[in-house]
Amino acid sequence: MSDTESTKPGHEHPAHLAHHFDNPQQQYNAGKLGMWLFLTTEILLFSALFCWYAVYRAAHPEVFIYAHKFLDVNLGAINTIVLLFSSLTMAWAVRASQMGDRRTLVITLSLTLLCAFAFLGIKSIEYRHKWHEGLLWVSRYDPQHHDTHEGHETAHTQAATTPAAVPVVAAASATTQRDAEGRIVETLVIKEPAKDLHVGPTGVVETWTEKHEMTQGHAAKMGESPRLAGLFFSIYFVMTGLHGVHVLVGMGLITWILIRGARGEFSAQYFAPVDSVGLYWHIVDLVWIFLFPLLYLIH
Amino acid sequence: MATQNADSHGLAHVMSKRMLIGIFLALVALTWITVGVTKVDFGPTVNLVVAMVIAGIKGILVVLFFMHLLYDRPFNMVVFVGCLVFVVIFITLAMVDSAAYQPSIDPYKTPEGLIKAPAQP
Repeated sequence: MSDTESTKPGHEHPAHLAHHFDNPQQQYNAGKLGMWLFLTTEILLFSALFCWYAVYRAAHPEVFIYAHKFLDVNLGAINTIVLLFSSLTMAWAVRASQMGDRRTLVITLSLTLLCAFAFLGIKSIEYRHKWHEGLLWVSRYDPQHHDTHEGHETAHTQAATTPAAVPVVAAASATTQRDAEGRIVETLVIKEPAKDLHVGPTGVVETWTEKHEMTQGHAAKMGESPRLAGLFFSIYFVMTGLHGVHVLVGMGLITWILIRGARGEFSAQYFAPVDSVGLYWHIVDLVWIFLFPLLYLIH
Repeated sequence: MATQNADSHGLAHVMSKRMLIGIFLALVALTWITVGVTKVDFGPTVNLVVAMVIAGIKGILVVLFFMHLLYDRPFNMVVFVGCLVFVVIFITLAMVDSAAYQPSIDPYKTPEGLIKAPAQP
């Protein structure tokens, strides 16, 4: 069908033009609208996480003020600059593809890819640090690892943390056997309203663990760890994690257009793939622009 | 073939190098400002608002220039702004709703942020 059309005089039909479009302009516009619609679904996906953040920050401001101090602002700021620079090179790549400048396209896309690697590298340093410090999501939040090198009661801390996996009742009875000093009564009192508030079983144990360690005078060295301080790290890991997955996907897409660009497949009349990958990459940058102040720059 | 405007290279607007670098430098400057402003105490609310306004300006720069939305067909702008409207409705209503339940949670809180049992009737 396209053969017969392309043989018509005055009706040029480039290879990249799908047969159901009248011309490259129409195809480009349709593709771009489709890409923007996809980006709105991405924004809505992330908005659910931003909503999670907003509701919990409003309800537990002390958790955010306390926990954000564990994040390294310098690493966050460097990553922000890295992503902004990658956005510049990506936008430059789109420009290069529009101009049909293959050499610049390859260079800018390679730079973008390099920035993506740098971003994930810095991110992995941050993740590893938090893993070692025990600064993890609510059910695994155990910052006592901080103090292990200071010696005393390491074994005790371990014992107190272990019941986190078992049901509440079992954890409570374990305390009863361990030390009977009126503290046990307190523990039981803590649990009742927590249940009424529909805090999950891990959240309840978390409450117990922190309270327990607080009474040992152990957590005092850390500064006051508010209840559910791990909540911040739940939010941190899910939001930066989903963002990181998007960076990984973006790296795959950039590699794809880098190969196609190196083959010289793009021109002033056909650069939609570079354009769309660029839009995707900028959305990844856009999400980080909001994540950075919300997670790292809490006053 | 698409008809070509004299000032465009075919299908879409081409961003000049000067604009690209200018926008990038503006974004870096705003990042620097937002980090610096955190060290100044305006109170928690104002600091948050300032940080969000700066992030918003950065976002607008990225969307309008890096993403070419300013030079795009207007309908794409309608799609994008429409999406943002729903994001605002979503987050605002969720926050209003959770704030409405806050009074029934507050009796369980102690000054240390720990949950305690409410006074038995």
